[in-house]
Amino acid sequence: MYGNAYIDPKKANSSLVDGENPEKLAEFEARIARGEKIEPKDWMPAMYRKQLVRMIEQHAHSEIIGSLPEGTWITRAPGFRRKLALMAKVQDEVGHAQLLYNAAETLGKSREDMINDLISGKSKYSNVFNYPAKTWADSAVIAWLIDAGAIVNQLANSRGSYGPYCRALERICAEESFHLKYGHDNVVFLATGTSKQREMVQDALTRWWPPIMHFFGPSDKDSVHSETLMRWKVKMASNDDMRQQFLNMYVPKIWDLGLTLPDANLKKNEETGKWDYTEPDWEEFKRVINGGGPCNAERLAVRRTAEENGQWVRKALLKESETYVTPLS
Amino acid sequence: MKIVSLDPRVNRSSINETEESVVLKKLDQFQTYEVFAQTKRGVHHVHVGSVHAANKKIAVLFAKEQYARRGKCVNIWVVKTSDIATTEYEDSDIFDTLDEKTHRNPESYKVLNRIKEYKERTSK
Repeated sequence: MYGNAYIDPKKANSSLVDGENPEKLAEFEARIARGEKIEPKDWMPAMYRKQLVRMIEQHAHSEIIGSLPEGTWITRAPGFRRKLALMAKVQDEVGHAQLLYNAAETLGKSREDMINDLISGKSKYSNVFNYPAKTWADSAVIAWLIDAGAIVNQLANSRGSYGPYCRALERICAEESFHLKYGHDNVVFLATGTSKQREMVQDALTRWWPPIMHFFGPSDKDSVHSETLMRWKVKMASNDDMRQQFLNMYVPKIWDLGLTLPDANLKKNEETGKWDYTEPDWEEFKRVINGGGPCNAERLAVRRTAEENGQWVRKALLKESETYVTPLS
Repeated sequence: MKIVSLDPRVNRSSINETEESVVLKKLDQFQTYEVFAQTKRGVHHVHVGSVHAANKKIAVLFAKEQYARRGKCVNIWVVKTSDIATTEYEDSDIFDTLDEKTHRNPESYKVLNRIKEYKERTSK
């Protein structure tokens, strides 16, 4: 599961191709236009590399941190089958992080540096995971709707231009389909259950709706970088388009269960074919992504502690004579 | 200040919120191994990705967890990335001569005409 990479709008002034060799750039862009994949040792513009490292790294961090709110409910899952399924889902998410860290590494940033940047707060991860999973119903809503949003995003990105990222995403998308079905099953079970169970799932949905609307990020149709990033197939769809796609697929399914969403303006505009909604609170989004959310400190502290607790084992196993080279693909 | 969480596991771990950040040094996450998996007996092993591991035994374990959680897999190989030699895409013109080497292709050997001509010549 994943949220869209956050691009700092303050850094939108300079061109992404400043200082690049025009011949090599043209050859590179022609290759992408022909649908060819770019491989790790191919020539690429410095900003292509930089944007991809940031995007894949944030994606990897999101998988790791995203397993924390869901992992909360493993010990208290209602029933053995659900416990097994949730453990399998969380293992998948951590596995996705491994695949993605490897893909980012092929671009030249070491795993150690990525983990350091996560723990120190320098790197971002999907904002939704800074909110708590208060009840079992939260874990159901996360598994269904956050993973649904992630699939919209990841399917788009799997058609991108960077070979190792595409290959990782293909594997990831195949596994996410189980997460989506599992999450839907859990939500439907609660929504068709006792009045107490319906109340629980409605409460979770109401609390998670604002983070879900934040999930695809602020509108980027006016961003000066979007055009270049789309030509390079780093970005495959605008944030607004992905949000629309998500709403179109899932709002009817939510309403079909007799559940409500906390936005009186949410409806499909029959003229435009698009969904109208109240603009999400982007000030809240910025506040949380910059460390002010309810769980930011906890998420990083848990991650840091895991790293510290495992350090003596890694140290005992380490042979100083080993040499590191970047993974091949 | 201790982290107070909705997650009982976090509370039991008694984690401090503000602590000197741990900094991982080079090789903390070890070197990488490339993983090759075979989906059934009789077919080639195929490269599926890589894993970080301290040694080859652990690499096999991680490769199984990472690349054989779904679908079919009957066998896995791992090899240190640093032990692999490769060609470069930049030099891929080294493969371009294949079309010229018609002497390697069965289609370039045409004998029937010759046999026919021989039979015509000797039957006179």
